[in-house]
Amino acid sequence: MPTARGWREYPQRYRYEAAVCKKCNKWHFPPRLICDECKGQEFETKAMKRSGKILTYTTIRVPPAPFKDQAPYLVAVVEMDDGPRLTMMVTDYRDKELKIGQRVKLEFRRLSDDGDAGTINYGYKAVPV
Amino acid sequence: MRDVAIIGVHVTKCGEIWNKSFRDLFVEAGLGAIKDAGVDHIDSMYIGCMSGGLFVGQEHIGALMADYLGQAPVPATRVESACASGGVALRTGMLDVASGHSDIVLVGGVEKMTDIGGDEATYALATAADQEWEGFNGVTFPGLYAMMAVAHMHRYGTTPQQLASVAVKNHDNGSLNPVAQFPMKITIDAVLNSVLVADPLHILDCSPVTDGAAAAILVPADRVGKLGKKQGVKIIGSGHATDTIALHSRKDLCALEAVSKSAAIAYAMAGKKPTDMDVCEVHDCFTIAEIMAMEALGFFEKGKAGRAVEAGDTRIGGKIPINTSGGLKSKGHPVGASGVSQAVEIVEQLRGESGARQVKGAKVGMTQNMGGTGASSVVHIMEAM
Repeated sequence: MPTARGWREYPQRYRYEAAVCKKCNKWHFPPRLICDECKGQEFETKAMKRSGKILTYTTIRVPPAPFKDQAPYLVAVVEMDDGPRLTMMVTDYRDKELKIGQRVKLEFRRLSDDGDAGTINYGYKAVPV
Repeated sequence: MRDVAIIGVHVTKCGEIWNKSFRDLFVEAGLGAIKDAGVDHIDSMYIGCMSGGLFVGQEHIGALMADYLGQAPVPATRVESACASGGVALRTGMLDVASGHSDIVLVGGVEKMTDIGGDEATYALATAADQEWEGFNGVTFPGLYAMMAVAHMHRYGTTPQQLASVAVKNHDNGSLNPVAQFPMKITIDAVLNSVLVADPLHILDCSPVTDGAAAAILVPADRVGKLGKKQGVKIIGSGHATDTIALHSRKDLCALEAVSKSAAIAYAMAGKKPTDMDVCEVHDCFTIAEIMAMEALGFFEKGKAGRAVEAGDTRIGGKIPINTSGGLKSKGHPVGASGVSQAVEIVEQLRGESGARQVKGAKVGMTQNMGGTGASSVVHIMEAM
C-alpha cells in the first residue's frame, strides 16, 4: 500500500466519513465528486453510524496474495443504516450461522499487511450483533 | 454508417500453452483469420487484452502485435475493458469500418495467463473489480460472483444443482470442440463434490485460467466477396453499456443491468427479439453468470433460468442453445480474447461449419461478453448473409 494512498483513505477506513449530497441528501461512501443520483457537486462530510445488515455473503477459500494466511474467511455486502453499501470481512463469527438480513456493527480491525517490513493495513470489519 | 460483416475468423487452442509466447499466440490467431478471409492486407487493428502488464509484464500491446503480425505501420490499438476487452475491441473495429475510415480491420484478443502463479492470477483478475473498496477488504472475483449466487438462491430458490447443470452442459459442448481447454464431460456430482472456491461456487463452477487468442476480419457488408473470398456474416446489432464498478453499489444484486441495457440497444438496432436467436455465446465466467446473463438477455424470466438449464432448454437441440463452444467454462477463458472467441464460434455456427456441435439451420446468433461483475457488457447480434 503506497503511503500516500493509505493516507488518502484514512477518513473512510478509520472514521467512516461519507459525503452527503446537499441537493438530494444521498450518502456516498466512499465520497464522490459528483452525485450519481442528482449530479449535485456540493457535499457535507458526515460520519456513518456503525451499524447495518448483511445483504449477501460468502466464504473465501482461495484468497488473493495479501490475505493468504487468513483463509478461509467470511466477506459480506453490508447495507449501512445510513444507506451506503460496502464490502467487508465478517469476523468473530461462524459461517454456518450467518444469514441474509443479519444485523452487524462495524469494528476497526487489522486487515492485511505488506510483508514483514511493510505497512499494516487497518479498516472496518463487520461483527454480527 | 455502413453495414459491417465478418469474413474471416480463427481461434487458437486454449489451455496452458507453455511453448507459445503472448505475441506468438496472437500472431497465430491473426494469421489464421487473414488466411480464412483471404484478404491481402489490413487497414487497422484492434486488440482486446485485459492485463498484459500483470500477466506477462508487457504493455504497448497494439504496436507489439502489429509489428509481429508483420503489419506495421498500420494503426493498432489495444482495447481494455477487463474480461469484456475482446467484445469491446470487436465493437470498436466494427465502428471503424462502419464510419468509412477503414475497409479491412483485424479485431483480435489475446491473454497469456499461465506464466504467473495462481495467487498472482487471482490478484490480476480481482483488478476488474473495485480495488480500493472491494479488493482491499479481501474479496476475490469468484467471491463477488459467489455473493451474487447467494442472493439469487435466496430470492429465487436457484439451487447448487442448477448451477452445476450449467457446467455439465458446457463441458458436454466443449467435448465436441477441438480447441477446448477442458474437453472432458463432467457430472452434477463431480461439480458438487469438487473443492469450494467461494461458497456456493465450487472449482467446477468457475472458468479456468487460460492462454489463448482469437481474431476476426471485418469489412463493409457490400464488399463481401470482393475484398475476400469467404461467405460473410453480418453484424446487425451492437450494444455496449456500463454499471457501477463495485457490486455492492448495484440497486439489485440479482440483476445485471449493463447486460439488459446493452442487449436492448443491440435488439433495437437489429430489429430482433430474444426468441429470434438461434444460438448464443454467453459470458459464463462462473455458472451463476450464465444464469443471470440469460435472464438479463430476455431468454428467461428473472429467477427461472436455473430451472430452464436443468430442463435442457439451453442444450444443443434445446429451445435456445447457449455456449455451443463449451463457453468460458470448458473451452477456456483467456480473458482479453474471450469476447472475440465468442464471435468466432457464432460466425462458424452461422456459416454451418461447427461440425458435431452445429445448431441445425442457425441463421441469427448472439454474443454477450462482460467485464468485472457486470460493470461492462457488450452484445453483438449476427446474421448469415
